[in-house]
Amino acid sequence: MNRRHLIALLIGGSAAGGAVRLARAAAPGEIEIQASKFDFTPDTVKVKRGETITLVLTSIDRIHGFKMPDFGIRTDIIPDEERRVTLTPDRAGSFVFFCDVFCGDGHEEMSGTLVVDG
Amino acid sequence: MQHTDRRDFLKLAGLAGVTFTAGLFPGLKASAQMAGDFHFVQISDTHWGYKGPANPDAEHTLEKAIATVNGLSNKPDFIVFTGDLTHTTEDGAERRARMKRFKEIVSALNVKDVRFMPGEHDAALDKGVAFKEFFGATHYTFDHKGVHFVALDNVSDPGAKLGDEQLAWLAADLKQRKPDDRIVVLTHRPLFDLVPSWDWTTADGAKAIDLLMPYTNVVVFYGHIHQEHHHMTGHIAHHAAKSLIFPQAAPGTQPRRPPPPPFDASLKPLGTRDVAMSSTVTMTELPVTKG
Repeated sequence: MNRRHLIALLIGGSAAGGAVRLARAAAPGEIEIQASKFDFTPDTVKVKRGETITLVLTSIDRIHGFKMPDFGIRTDIIPDEERRVTLTPDRAGSFVFFCDVFCGDGHEEMSGTLVVDG
Repeated sequence: MQHTDRRDFLKLAGLAGVTFTAGLFPGLKASAQMAGDFHFVQISDTHWGYKGPANPDAEHTLEKAIATVNGLSNKPDFIVFTGDLTHTTEDGAERRARMKRFKEIVSALNVKDVRFMPGEHDAALDKGVAFKEFFGATHYTFDHKGVHFVALDNVSDPGAKLGDEQLAWLAADLKQRKPDDRIVVLTHRPLFDLVPSWDWTTADGAKAIDLLMPYTNVVVFYGHIHQEHHHMTGHIAHHAAKSLIFPQAAPGTQPRRPPPPPFDASLKPLGTRDVAMSSTVTMTELPVTKG
């Protein structure tokens, strides 16, 4: 319950009209993560505890998933769309995120780490 | 058949590995008489088509395992493959070629009642289309000597879900069972959250467990994690089997799931499993031996 209060989670397409192309610099507090077979770029994201961030997730090839169980986050990542996940990490540490939509040989290695400095 | 008898005949056959006995059906008294005790063999995660350093003998491991199973002095009543029959490929023609060759190889089993289930490597990229062409339905039930078997598909959805339709099917099937019926669930991925950060779970597996929970005599056999593992959710036991391709790290030993460790045959990391069922379950691991 405590985590729910501390983490504001927003998942969804950023434009009601549908597809959004990414061709801009990330806004303050935004961190862009690009998914492709079989990597997240970047695969390590460093933030500070208590800092509110928005992960802007895109895919360049096919549907992937983004799941970070420690913060109860998951969403599909669909080509030509961006998915935005906002959270405020309430604890320091390293937290795994990974693709949870089977995407081929190499899927099982498609993961990354959110590093929260205390 | 008594537990000790099974162990003895396996030893006589020179095949016995570690034997594990669990209270299979907690709702039954140990002295309860079954309609007919029997045993079956679980084979999992053969990954036919894999080539890599995690198993330098990948082309022959399946054949060796079949020789082991065929060498059992007491034939199992049936054999079940709990998924990842083939290693994944994005080429649909190659996927079918692997399934065709897999089927040819396992036709050497001297037990002809063989049940197949998909793993994500077989079914997630085409939602089970090729698997169905070669092996039939991806979820089904059958009954054997008074035990009701339910094969669940948590892999054809690439998001590792059973899905509402299959859950409704399961609920309808279970409504026909009595609370103390013996029920064995077969599946590929763990239905419970074994290690969520390694994706060792089923997205909606908890819903299936909730449906099963009112039944007092339920056990689950699964694969996916390439190692023997035993876990309880309430009174329901979940038993994972070894693979026939390469071992995986022990659950949760690192934050991120590591790649398979270097192959070490001395650890006997690969094998199949004999499951003897009476009022208890006796699982005997059958390591892959020289063919």
